[in-house]
Amino acid sequence: MFDDLRDLYQEVILDHGRKPRNFRRLEDADRVARGDNPMCGDRLELFLKLAPDGSIADAAFQGRGCAISTASASLLTETVKGKSQEAAHALSDQFRTLAMTGACPECGATLADEMERLQPLSGVHEFPSRVKCATLAWHTLNAALDAAPGQIKEASSE
Amino acid sequence: MVGGGGVNDATLASSFDIERIRRDFPILAQTVRGKPLVFLDSGASAQKPRAVIDAMVRCMEERYANVHRGAYFLSEAATEAYEAARGAVARFLNAADPREIVFTTNSTAAINLVAHSWGRGVMQPGQAVLISELEHHANIVPWQLLRDDKGIALRVARVTDSGEIDLDDVAAKLADGKVGLVAMAHMSNVLGTVAPVERIIRMAQAAGAKVLLDGSQAAVHRRVDMQALGADFYVFTGHKLYGPTGIGVLWARLEHQERMPPFLGGGDMISMVTMERSEWAPPPAKFEAGTPPIIEAVGLHAAIDYVSAIGMPAIEAHERQLVDHAMRRLTDIDGLTLLGRAQDRGGVFAFALDNAHPHDLATLLDRAGIAVRAGRHCAEPLHSRFGVEGGTVRASFGLYTTAQEVDFLAEALTKAREFFA
Repeated sequence: MFDDLRDLYQEVILDHGRKPRNFRRLEDADRVARGDNPMCGDRLELFLKLAPDGSIADAAFQGRGCAISTASASLLTETVKGKSQEAAHALSDQFRTLAMTGACPECGATLADEMERLQPLSGVHEFPSRVKCATLAWHTLNAALDAAPGQIKEASSE
Repeated sequence: MVGGGGVNDATLASSFDIERIRRDFPILAQTVRGKPLVFLDSGASAQKPRAVIDAMVRCMEERYANVHRGAYFLSEAATEAYEAARGAVARFLNAADPREIVFTTNSTAAINLVAHSWGRGVMQPGQAVLISELEHHANIVPWQLLRDDKGIALRVARVTDSGEIDLDDVAAKLADGKVGLVAMAHMSNVLGTVAPVERIIRMAQAAGAKVLLDGSQAAVHRRVDMQALGADFYVFTGHKLYGPTGIGVLWARLEHQERMPPFLGGGDMISMVTMERSEWAPPPAKFEAGTPPIIEAVGLHAAIDYVSAIGMPAIEAHERQLVDHAMRRLTDIDGLTLLGRAQDRGGVFAFALDNAHPHDLATLLDRAGIAVRAGRHCAEPLHSRFGVEGGTVRASFGLYTTAQEVDFLAEALTKAREFFA
């Protein structure tokens, strides 16, 4: 009955949705932001720990959401670890293009590996009402990167 | 008064020709993603029968002009049609007088009208409004605004674990005599619970409080009778009653309308205007500022004629059978939690599956051609009350819903649970 939904719910998504990675609070986080999609009730908190050079040493999240938003946040924490803040911003922009259109023709070779890891989420572009599920974590990442230390920024993909 | 059922259900339901009724709704003939449409979101907005569509087209093609204005044929014809719609609503609700019917744009606007004109104009600081935990946001937020603006307290009656209004708590919250208005849903848009409104009205009146009932769901599913009920205000909306969007109804006793200051100011609601001051038109025109929803009123009239021809008791009997069937099928599904098990309930079911988020579930059901709503259904406090902050999936029935559609839903839910296993 739902075979054609395997494109949207690939095994990677179901796996990260069921068992999200880095699903914890970072008590000593340098950057924190909250993402909230009030219409659907999805809510997450994203924590970033920065290295002395300003790059992202650790990333984790907590919250509640559907399989797609949870998997997206989980994959986000895995892919931004070790990235500079500029690279994380660039990845966020590219991911949102991918989620909205299903492709990212402008994506450069620099983040090719990361984009390939995120490819399983590209299926959402065919489900307009679900795109915001996939992008919530990434809006929250931008808010966290823009947050001042000690401040908790709010984000939404509505 | 809510129509009694039971004895004649079988007779009424057998005279209910579901196939003929479904043919009256053009949209139901379509397929979605290659599957026959199974529309289970009538609680959000119902589909429209051909009679409503045609009446609105005819109004625009043959009888349209502004109302209450011109001394020419078309304006008089449109005014007559608009006022005839008021008469039809009055008969539908068994109101004592058509002037008790105020047209608004929807239920939300009708509740806001009362919160503004009765709440700010008649109630006094120190009084309270009593609502319940199961209210739609439309019957919460206007009272929060009133509380913050006018120093009128907002009290909330509890809902029991089975999803019914806790009448002991209602009594406790009425006890000090400070509640000026009880505002509650006649039927929950999430739990399907039909409130014991006759009892609540008696309790409120004994405590000196007026009563507003939000009939957005109930008026669609059951016969409601203003003269028997004895409430003070009753609201419902056209688009859930198989009519168009953009029109709602406030039923309010004339003596209340007399005491209430206007809500919106403008044309049509005045009897005299100078630059210094204005005088208000008599009710209900006092509350109908500006050009009203004329075409929509004609559509609502047609919708009322449509459901009245079938008969609200027959609609209720059909739904009672569907509710029993759905209750059996849904409670049979492993891992499914149903919100609310009220004794008296209508065709609205909110539920959660143990291994699937409501939005994922709604996406799967959509693939099977089944339209349901996922989220918190404009009742966030109620979802918090039941500990399901992440929301639920809601299936809500219309008079065109069939037992077979309920079966499709149950089968798809079982398969969805396997999908996420």
